[in-house]
Amino acid sequence: MVPLIGAALVLLLGKQPNLREAVSITTAVVLFTLVLDVTEHTFNQVDMVATWVEPMPGLGISFAVEPLGVLFALVASFLWIITTIYSIGYMRGHNEDNQTRFFFCFALAISSVMAISFAENLLTLFIFYEVLTLSTYPLVTHAGTREARRGGRVYLGILLSTSVAFLLLAIIGTWATTGTLQFTPGGIFFGGESEEVLAILLVLFCYGVGKAAIMPFHRWLPSAMVAPTPVSALLHAVAVVKAGVFSILKIVIYIFGVENISAIASADLMLYIAAATVLFSSAIAMTKDNLKARLAYSTVSQLSYIVVGALLATSVAVAGASLHIVTHAVGKITLFFCAGAIMVASHKKNISEMVGLGRQMPITMIAFAVGALSIIGLPPMAGTWSKWYLLMGALEADKLIIVVVLTVSTLLNVAYLLPMPIKAFFAPGGQNQPPWSWAETKEAPLPSLIAIVITMTACVMLFLNPQPIIDLINLIPSVSTDIKG
Amino acid sequence: MLEQHFLILPIVLPLVAAPICILLGRGQLAWLLATMVSAASFVISLTMLQSTIELGALSYAVGGWQPPWGIEIRIDTASALVLSVVTAISTLVLIYAKASIAEEIDSAQHALFYTAHMLCLAGLSGILTTGDAFNLFVFLEISSLATYTLVSLAADKRALIASFRYLVMGTIGATFILIGVGMMYMQTGTLNMLDLAARISAEGASRTLNTGLAFILVGVSVKLALFPLHMWLPPAYTHAPSAVSAFLASTATKVAVYVMVRFIFTIYGPDYVFLSMGMDVILLGLAIVGIFKCSYMAALQANVKTVLAYSSVAQIGYMILGISLVSAAGLMAGILHIFNHALMKGALFMAVGAVLLRTGSVDIRAFHGLGKRMPWTMAAFTIAGLSLIGMPLTVGFVSKWYLVTAALEQQQWLIAVLVLLGSLLAMVYIGRIVEAAYMRDDIDANDRVKEAPMLMLIPMWILVIANVYFGIDNSLTVGAAEAAAQWLINPSATGGLAQ
Repeated sequence: MVPLIGAALVLLLGKQPNLREAVSITTAVVLFTLVLDVTEHTFNQVDMVATWVEPMPGLGISFAVEPLGVLFALVASFLWIITTIYSIGYMRGHNEDNQTRFFFCFALAISSVMAISFAENLLTLFIFYEVLTLSTYPLVTHAGTREARRGGRVYLGILLSTSVAFLLLAIIGTWATTGTLQFTPGGIFFGGESEEVLAILLVLFCYGVGKAAIMPFHRWLPSAMVAPTPVSALLHAVAVVKAGVFSILKIVIYIFGVENISAIASADLMLYIAAATVLFSSAIAMTKDNLKARLAYSTVSQLSYIVVGALLATSVAVAGASLHIVTHAVGKITLFFCAGAIMVASHKKNISEMVGLGRQMPITMIAFAVGALSIIGLPPMAGTWSKWYLLMGALEADKLIIVVVLTVSTLLNVAYLLPMPIKAFFAPGGQNQPPWSWAETKEAPLPSLIAIVITMTACVMLFLNPQPIIDLINLIPSVSTDIKG
Repeated sequence: MLEQHFLILPIVLPLVAAPICILLGRGQLAWLLATMVSAASFVISLTMLQSTIELGALSYAVGGWQPPWGIEIRIDTASALVLSVVTAISTLVLIYAKASIAEEIDSAQHALFYTAHMLCLAGLSGILTTGDAFNLFVFLEISSLATYTLVSLAADKRALIASFRYLVMGTIGATFILIGVGMMYMQTGTLNMLDLAARISAEGASRTLNTGLAFILVGVSVKLALFPLHMWLPPAYTHAPSAVSAFLASTATKVAVYVMVRFIFTIYGPDYVFLSMGMDVILLGLAIVGIFKCSYMAALQANVKTVLAYSSVAQIGYMILGISLVSAAGLMAGILHIFNHALMKGALFMAVGAVLLRTGSVDIRAFHGLGKRMPWTMAAFTIAGLSLIGMPLTVGFVSKWYLVTAALEQQQWLIAVLVLLGSLLAMVYIGRIVEAAYMRDDIDANDRVKEAPMLMLIPMWILVIANVYFGIDNSLTVGAAEAAAQWLINPSATGGLAQ
């Protein structure tokens, strides 16, 4: 609710930029504090449930707190604060129009994310999933140019089509077969259903959650790159994509039940499709010169890591997947922030142009290197832990091919992420650069820089102290980070 | 003493008001009278709805002549629900019309507009409340003639041609119904609906009755614009005055759906129609083709009113689809969609009418930049459009949900998939318009456009808010639709007589 009030206030204060920004930040901070409070209650095993209305008999729009949702809410609310700070710097630096509409939709999007993270049943999840798509559409098409419109059309088209044609069908199908849509530990299918129905439902759910960007329905992600960078940061680290994989995790854990997934015929099929997505999108990422496009395909690949973890259906793998939500969010948002900073400060979009940029934007480039290392999964960055658990989970499930896929993909990550910071710092300075680009470039605007530094630090800190997050993950039923055997 | 004759008021009031309107001449008085009569009818129909849900069907003998020889007014939950929709939309459209027809209809004919509207309302109310098959035909003709007049009133010459085409097709349809009724009479000797039902079930099938049914169904299909008998609708809705389109899109075809339901379920009985004659497959097939072909056509149009017209045909396909599932759930979904679609389409046509008023055109290019210049109108359009697509928190979602659930109940996964795919097409044709309004801003002429007048915005937004409200709290509408479906599938003995 808090972000909704914030959204309304933003709309009202549209004419006064400073006040409006203050409202955005305050709301974000308030939200985070509330979520922290909720987290503490969760650790103390306190249950919180609330129901709003019941549009259909037996199906309410209701919310319940559970550890995975809390995890997502924490990530989202924390990063919202940072993104808001960053956006202020970016929007002003770029002198964008329609800033009121921007911050309004931002707040609306976050409130739907909060609703998704605390959804108690599939109907609530679906409702706010759609609200999220709709509220982020104006953000994606913010620039108002023809490419923006086209990108927005692809974005909206794929997301709405997959959700209506697949997800809604899966939801109503589940409702028809089991009579309930509530998220329950251990799943809601109690053996009465036929094999084919379960298999079809699983496929429908996986593809229905278009925000998880499983191939071939991944195209919306690179198309959404037309958005201003804070939007891309929000979309690809915090809100939209994480809502997607979060939904899949929730469905795996609470609708099907972790132990039951391996029994479903189509689980292996989806697992291999997700694994293929990991590899193919990493490969595509290597071919992209536009930095944001490269990061977009990297995100597609990383999202499928999480889906792979979910479908491996061992408790460790699912734990790894949940942890990856956090680590990828922090790492990717750092990378996108840097991309945006580079664009604002030096107006460069392509990697080939960024040779030697380390001299002008040292902080940004260091942050980029840190984020890259986290995504790749090397210590001392946060991504190490999630990769570790995912690999362990794959071993535990006896799926050696997945281990191979994960390893190869890590190598690909190196190939497409590291050249940039290396070239930025170590390329010979004045020799290949045309002289004019030396003197004028400067660092990113201060708010953006602060944001970048914070997320970069988070990457490191989560490596050093992942324990609170891991404790939270261990609270999720059927999920544990204890590696057996 | 008036309470005794309560049930016939929805017909009598507009009928009396009609000639008075023409006497009142141009100006405010005709509008005022029409609106008040319409509002009164609405209130009456709500009380009727309440009574039928509690008591069952209500009955009233016209002129004191008892059925089955006299004409009987018989109202059950289905009638009352559709009547409430019709009168509500009528009232809202009349409020809206005052500003709208100032631009679109020659001022000398304003009084004629109100008169025709009143006649149409009387006719529709008559169809909905009568318990006599021939009487139904009479009221059908009254309302149809009134609608032909209404469509032709626009200043645009094409309205005349569209109206004529509508007239020809509509009369053929009505004649078919008459022939069908005649055949039923020939076989059973009665015209009273309940009596017919009793005699048909007693006598069983016969070739006369089968032919009669076929004629009736074809005739009704023309009226409700079932594919492929829908060709009159797009030109009529496009060229008619906006207030007329709004009214007709929400009422006339819905009443025709009601007529079909009445004939199938009450008179012939579902077993006869569906089991013996296999009508469900035919209706289902036509409904599905209609949904897809017309949604596709809607996506191709440049004129926004034509988009909405084709969309209406597609939506009617959804209603027929619900009916053809031959279950209480399917019937309920279809009836619910009657209500919900009226809310959606009414709001959409009103929004387009506002655009026509302010910009003088309903081409999609006229919409560029209107997101900023007419924010309230376009917001209304967007929300109603989202409802049409079936976004959650709107009535459209509720309709889709129940339709898909009804289909799945019958193990018809394919139909469920098709229903949802239809939504995707709706996304395309609504999305085009919304995108044009918000994303493009290149028409200089639109710079001077102002927001629509209050008299148009208020009814529009009442419908939009109803859209969202009933999308979230639909115990009322779903309950009524369920009760209606139950009564239709299992009619018990008539409820208390009104006298």
